[in-house]
Amino acid sequence: MKHTISVLVENQFGTFNRVVTMFSGKGFNVHSLSIGETEVPDISRMTIVTSGDDKIIEQVVKQLNRLIDTLKVVDLTGQPKIERELALITVYYQKGTRTEIVNVANIFRGKVVDINNKSITLEITGPPDKIDAAVNVLEPYGIKEMARSGTVALKRGEQIKHDKKDILVNHIKEGTK
Amino acid sequence: MRSNNQKLSGADIFFECLRREKVEYIFGYPGGAVLKLYERLYDVDFLKHILVRHEQGATHMAEGYAKATGKVGVVLVTSGPGATNTVTGIADAYMDSVPIVVFTGQVPSHLIGNDAFQEADIVGITRPITKHNFLVRDIKELASIIRKAFYIASTGRPGPVLVDLPKDVVNSVCEFSYPEKVEIRGYKPTLYGHQNQIKKAADIIKKAKKPLLYVGGGVIMSGGERELRLFAKENKFPVTMTLQGLGAYPMNEDLSLGMLGMHGTYWANQAVNNCDVLVSLGARFDDRVTGKIEAFALNAYKIHVDIDPTCIDKNVVVDLPIVGDVKHVLAELAAEINEPPKIDEWWKQIQRWREECPLKYEKNDGKLRSEFVIEKLSEKTKGEAVIVTDVGQHQMWVAQYYKFTNPRSHLTSGGLGTMGFSVPAAIGAAFAIKDRPVISISGDGGFQMNMQELATAVYNKLPIKFIIINNSFLGMVRQWQELFHAEKYSFTDLSASNPNFVKLGEAFGMKSFSTNNPFDVDDILDEAFAVNDGPILIEFKVVKEDMVFPIIPSGQTIKEMMTKRLDPKEMV
Repeated sequence: MKHTISVLVENQFGTFNRVVTMFSGKGFNVHSLSIGETEVPDISRMTIVTSGDDKIIEQVVKQLNRLIDTLKVVDLTGQPKIERELALITVYYQKGTRTEIVNVANIFRGKVVDINNKSITLEITGPPDKIDAAVNVLEPYGIKEMARSGTVALKRGEQIKHDKKDILVNHIKEGTK
Repeated sequence: MRSNNQKLSGADIFFECLRREKVEYIFGYPGGAVLKLYERLYDVDFLKHILVRHEQGATHMAEGYAKATGKVGVVLVTSGPGATNTVTGIADAYMDSVPIVVFTGQVPSHLIGNDAFQEADIVGITRPITKHNFLVRDIKELASIIRKAFYIASTGRPGPVLVDLPKDVVNSVCEFSYPEKVEIRGYKPTLYGHQNQIKKAADIIKKAKKPLLYVGGGVIMSGGERELRLFAKENKFPVTMTLQGLGAYPMNEDLSLGMLGMHGTYWANQAVNNCDVLVSLGARFDDRVTGKIEAFALNAYKIHVDIDPTCIDKNVVVDLPIVGDVKHVLAELAAEINEPPKIDEWWKQIQRWREECPLKYEKNDGKLRSEFVIEKLSEKTKGEAVIVTDVGQHQMWVAQYYKFTNPRSHLTSGGLGTMGFSVPAAIGAAFAIKDRPVISISGDGGFQMNMQELATAVYNKLPIKFIIINNSFLGMVRQWQELFHAEKYSFTDLSASNPNFVKLGEAFGMKSFSTNNPFDVDDILDEAFAVNDGPILIEFKVVKEDMVFPIIPSGQTIKEMMTKRLDPKEMV
């Protein structure tokens, strides 16, 4: 099962490397990994999407915690959260398909960010499964190049104050579980 | 002592920090990138620098010193090859949780990444084998990094820390300020176990009919042997120890079942297999202990006390984890258990196992065997010596036949299994231990991996007894070849290439002995123990083909335990 783990780390020389070598050294999977500054300049947030059974995920979280440069590790899986990924996708077009591609972009609430006489570049943001869907639809047109940012995620704000029962209610409302 | 806010050079700051950390010894080797430090070292009088012969030796010495005392071992080497030579020792310290701090020189900052002379990315290389490491990029950070390095190495689950010192940083000048307190926001080891968990554990233990304490090196590291002894004695709990845990409980007492695991005693393994409550104290369920994970202590309720949360549920899923310093947890556990559980039946059963399959070896054919040598050593030293073993058959025989009575007396490379550990580690220990004999025991293979350090021992007049158990074979590998690899003795026979160990010892300036006669052992040991002004070397030429028994083949259970060599007739 896929897990999204959010890690606050020291914004320091070598921290990224420590996390990555831990993952490869322990044989854990990494599906995507993104890192960037937070509201506090000396702290960065890493969002790691990994997979494994419960025992492995428990070890992933513990091993992350064990690194001296990690400040906080939260497994966001199963929690109310906002997950986003950004993709830039360059697609070939022929006569007649250009509007279709732009339509696809619109359906996915994407934007056209570049165009030349052969290809068109779209920017699409959303949860990773939405990107997957867009890629799936665009594939037949011929994808020239693609860059995906990896998932970034945050816990949903209001729910944090609620107790467990409320979170469950929200889950049901949102249909996430 | 230098005061704060004084302007000091990087080299001065370095030694001032070591003084404040109360460092007594540095094991080191000079070279280009650390020349400035060695320039200052020339006039330093508050610590002693020990010149080694190879940087690997330096790290093992620091380990030996740290394991014997519980203090932090310190290493100072140059960049490039000096640094990479420390890697094996660092990995060894990481696996066995030994607190050492390794200072490596580095090329000047502006040359880093340029493939400069004697440059190696040692911080990158050692990232997976250190608890933490630092590259000092600015002299302003130097004092606080050294403070943090010692703090991280010695607290929580101890481990090696490496500090890389670029030449220009050491050469520059800065106002000295030594932080009074260490504040690392991402590092807060849990010392005290969760109260509810401890209460719950006590309730379970109280009701146990067949309890067993499974004691690892963590008990010794936390200094919890007193708590363990009280806890076990008051309740008459049987105690089995891992390789690193030997000595945490006196092995000459009845409650000790000796070592468990692959080469553990029959009764200890039976006890693990049949206990109803297994209390793991500072041990990590290593594969050499558990064998087949699914079958390990199958019916037992497992309580696991460890300071490192990653150890819990890593190999064996336990029923009740307690994260905390085992010393504190043991004290609290003992306080909770006011009435010892009734376990007389359990002890009778253990006694039956003891009689069923005792440790034994052939004594009557007039040939010299290492088991005999080790038993003799154990008698002569009353189990009180510091025994530093290498890796292989002799290591297991020491674990089986030497009756350790004190903690920090059995120093060995357990996790990494580093051949060549014994000679330098014994030297490191001998600098700290003056009131008990320090005995290094190696096989003829491992001895040759770091024998250059004999020069260090001779120069420093350390009264170490270097014992070589010479069977002219890489014995443990030979044993596996015989048992599991179709008796293809591929590259394990050293008889044609071994040096003359007596002449070798004499070349280093040591009084050296050799024998293959069991009747000489007493006299030679007496003569050796009488020498106290320097090291001596004894070669015991033992039977070539002996094997360590019992053995549970890797990944199997006690059902597959072999207790003796199969007779060819029985094999049909």
